[in-house]
Amino acid sequence: MRRALIALALVAAPAWGQGASLANVQLRDPAKEAQAKALMETIRCVECQGQSVADSDAAIAGSMRAVIRERIQAGETPGQIRAWLIERYGDYITYDPPLGAMTWLLWLAPIALLVAGGLIARTTFRRRAR
Amino acid sequence: MKRALLWLPLLLFAGLFALVGFGLLKPADRTVRSALTDKPLPDFTLPALLPTKPGVARSAYGGGQPRLLNVFASWCVPCKAEAPQLMRLKAMGVPIDAVATNDTRQAVTDFLASYGDPYQRIGDDRASKVQIALGSSGVPETFLIDGRGRIVLQHIGDIRADEVDAIAKAWRGAK
Repeated sequence: MRRALIALALVAAPAWGQGASLANVQLRDPAKEAQAKALMETIRCVECQGQSVADSDAAIAGSMRAVIRERIQAGETPGQIRAWLIERYGDYITYDPPLGAMTWLLWLAPIALLVAGGLIARTTFRRRAR
Repeated sequence: MKRALLWLPLLLFAGLFALVGFGLLKPADRTVRSALTDKPLPDFTLPALLPTKPGVARSAYGGGQPRLLNVFASWCVPCKAEAPQLMRLKAMGVPIDAVATNDTRQAVTDFLASYGDPYQRIGDDRASKVQIALGSSGVPETFLIDGRGRIVLQHIGDIRADEVDAIAKAWRGAK
């Protein structure tokens, strides 16, 4: 009987935790949890910068995980939550920076480099063919 | 033309060297500031943490009187260092409210008994939700909210003794 009770407590513990804090408890719906996890991995921890809130042990990162899970559970999309966080902390909060006046070089440089590489390759191959 | 091109790699290296050297001598400021400065205070309601003081809500701001909103925690060491400065601001007539993040009633009661109580209201932000809604990235932080309910200043870290006058002046100018 006692063993059964302990086993029951172990199984049920995550469910009890659900209401308390979503910082370290997964959502019950696996699809929503996957959405939340993917978003957390692209949100910067403001305390230990360089880590995502998914990786960080800082208290504020835990609070952000809880906010993200709660909002996903309430039906918000990851894009809406990211926009909400950018509104508060600026573009630095996201590892997936939006295209803007400050970031256009970052977004367009790979395309420019690819085009330049293509041109160089073309001239080289042509020269060789002759 | 070819001879001039020979110098290009060296010039590129010198440029890179200068860039890295500059970054080493003058590291970038990595403080994450709230993007809500110069914007209206977001809507929030926090219940009272202590039975002796009311909680904090958005509706208390914008009534013509500028107020300080101090994000703090009893477990935060710089908050203890900041306490005398907040007491001085209180003595100067500056109204100060608090968002107590991730804290308990007993711990805050002990903290205020030891370091002084500069607060008119203390909101219980147990899950740090309001801290995040304000764009605050740590404790302590102090927001100055003007008479129209806009955030006009965010002070990150503890307020030092030589910063009190500037904050009092900003408060006087924020009507």
